[in-house]
Amino acid sequence: MRFVDEYRDSDAAAEVATAIGRITTKPWTIMEVCGGQTHAIVRFGIDQLLPKGLTLVHGPGCPVCVTPIELIDAAIEIASRDDVIFCSFGDMLRVPGSSRDLLAVKASGGDVRIVYSPLDALALAKRQPAKQVVFFAVGFETTAPANAMAVYRARHEGVDNFSVLVAHVLVPPAMSSILASPNNRVQGFLAAGHVCAVMGYTEYEPLAQCFRVPIVVTGFEPLDILQGVYLCVKQLENGRAEVENQYARTVRREGNAQAQAMVLEVFEVAGRTWRGIGDIPGSGLALRPRYASHDALQRFPLQQLAQSRDTECIAGEILLGGKNPTDCPAFGARCTPEHPLGAPMVSSEGACAAYYRYRRSPPTHYLPRKGGGETNGAPR
Amino acid sequence: MSPPKQSISLSCPVPITHSHVLLAHGGGGRLMHRLIEDVFLSAFRNPLIETRHDAAVAVLSGARLAFTTDSYVVNPLFFPGGDIGVLAVNGTVNDLAMAGARPIYLSASFIIEEGLPVETLTRVVRSMRTASDEAGVQIVTGDTKVVDRGKGDGLFINTSGVGLVEARHPIAPTRVRPGDAILVSGDLGRHGIAVMSAREGLEFETTLESDTAPLASLVLAMIDSGVEIHCLRDLTRGGLASALNEIAEAAGVSIEIDERCVPIRDQVRGACELLGFDPLYVANEGRFAAFVPEADFERARDVMKAHPLGAGAALIGRVSHTGDPTVVVSSPIGTRRILDMLSGEQLPRIC
Repeated sequence: MRFVDEYRDSDAAAEVATAIGRITTKPWTIMEVCGGQTHAIVRFGIDQLLPKGLTLVHGPGCPVCVTPIELIDAAIEIASRDDVIFCSFGDMLRVPGSSRDLLAVKASGGDVRIVYSPLDALALAKRQPAKQVVFFAVGFETTAPANAMAVYRARHEGVDNFSVLVAHVLVPPAMSSILASPNNRVQGFLAAGHVCAVMGYTEYEPLAQCFRVPIVVTGFEPLDILQGVYLCVKQLENGRAEVENQYARTVRREGNAQAQAMVLEVFEVAGRTWRGIGDIPGSGLALRPRYASHDALQRFPLQQLAQSRDTECIAGEILLGGKNPTDCPAFGARCTPEHPLGAPMVSSEGACAAYYRYRRSPPTHYLPRKGGGETNGAPR
Repeated sequence: MSPPKQSISLSCPVPITHSHVLLAHGGGGRLMHRLIEDVFLSAFRNPLIETRHDAAVAVLSGARLAFTTDSYVVNPLFFPGGDIGVLAVNGTVNDLAMAGARPIYLSASFIIEEGLPVETLTRVVRSMRTASDEAGVQIVTGDTKVVDRGKGDGLFINTSGVGLVEARHPIAPTRVRPGDAILVSGDLGRHGIAVMSAREGLEFETTLESDTAPLASLVLAMIDSGVEIHCLRDLTRGGLASALNEIAEAAGVSIEIDERCVPIRDQVRGACELLGFDPLYVANEGRFAAFVPEADFERARDVMKAHPLGAGAALIGRVSHTGDPTVVVSSPIGTRRILDMLSGEQLPRIC
């Protein structure tokens, strides 16, 4: 863990924070796309080190938060069937559907299991041939290769009782949506390092050029994020709009060709509804027709699912960087992790969950360890 | 390329309340805390239970008696460094120790699922004998029930314990004061990660073993040395973070700790990074936090370090002031944040 320790070194962090303060002459608004980065920022108090006027806003990069309620309801209905073992990553179990969540299905007798890999679900299907094993294929480009591999192997090994409920979303179309919005206030992006580790960052280059916005591929440790902010501010101050790679120890421009090939073999780009945001064309993945027999939605005909809507939740505005969780009047009062109004309060990568967990009341005071000029004394 | 136009609607539903008990209600976090407050304490209310300590302390015929009970439902039954039987003995011994008591007798009740191999049961019971010998207690009574296949998880064990309080002053959350030093008795998180490493679907290779251990001899050594102990809390489900939040709330104080001072082994940190867990919330079965007056801190630390079960003891923070019950942690990069109680159990993240 020496490797991680180096990226959490307080002196090094103070040094980069000082450098950011030195080059910042104007107020800027930068969005970190990934929910994992949001949690790192709030958990480590990284924004406390930034100069006043430099604002970090949180992006739509929490796959749990943006999975549409229709798919959660579908998952709940499928998981409630007696013949089904429903497998999911842990994060999804607490996300509310129209009336309940997957944990409640489990509590009422449904066979809902947490797995750590889609290949574990596939292995379960082989061990339980009398059951239908369904895996909830959620996530951005990061989880798509492993999910594709599970479907590919199921087909080629003849595991007919394995299917996937696909809820994959893609990052670049979401960034494009944010930038095209008339209310956009994002001037620069920290792109999600692990997404780029798979897909590379050539897709981001036309975005940077078209919208004149700097995009810095950034990792997840405190020093990564501070360096990403530094590179982004430097571009903004110099009037540049390019794609830069802070996370070069992991990410190559062309990404992981083998992983991309597996994704393309099994999935095709499709339109996707984002929870709290709406339809974004070309922003999701769907199974290709040759893998349709492993599509849970085709295997289990579902009844029409009614939706309930609560307009009090401002998840969409939060996911698009328009507002911070603490701007929401329900935050911490009518909306808590025990009684969430929306997914960002329950997901482990959700911005509201991060603020609730780490920021419910502000730290009493903060004194920088080293130089660095004026810093934000209290969280915004 | 010209920027595309999007029309976006902004809404996200849906309130959900808990009309049924969820697994998360047993996770040691906020949900469990509320369940205890709303269901159990409101029904059983009395002066002893309201101390909200690991064991109730009562004076009977002049003797100060500590009494506690706990149930063990660990899965898998055997894990690196221990098994359910060892936990069932050490856990109850430790609850007595946290009240400053010398554990004397235990009871043991077994709820066995039909089909459990007798050999498995025998291994567990032999472990309990070894653990009770090591802890200096006797198992003097018990009970056996067998439930239908599918109605249990192999084996559940309940142990209750009684002990004699040896501390001169009461050891309880209500005695915590501003200025108290907070020590932990060793590195944290090994038990939770060791169990996780043996769990179906996750098995990963590690040399980590559970930290399960009987803590009474260490606590009694502190008492014998004359250290004034304000409060002790063993750091089981919910880990350090939940324990500190419980103490802060019960004592009406604010607590500040420094994350850099909390001893955590590299292997535990690595596993937590992989799973998306925070080690401050991971369970332990042989670690406790001690609240002692500033004047006694060095002596307490020296006694702990001189004992095999406290060799890794460390000062992690202090009680700052009375009032708002908050736990604040200084991060590795020197900033500060709230250390909250979890809502349920930590769940492995997607990516």
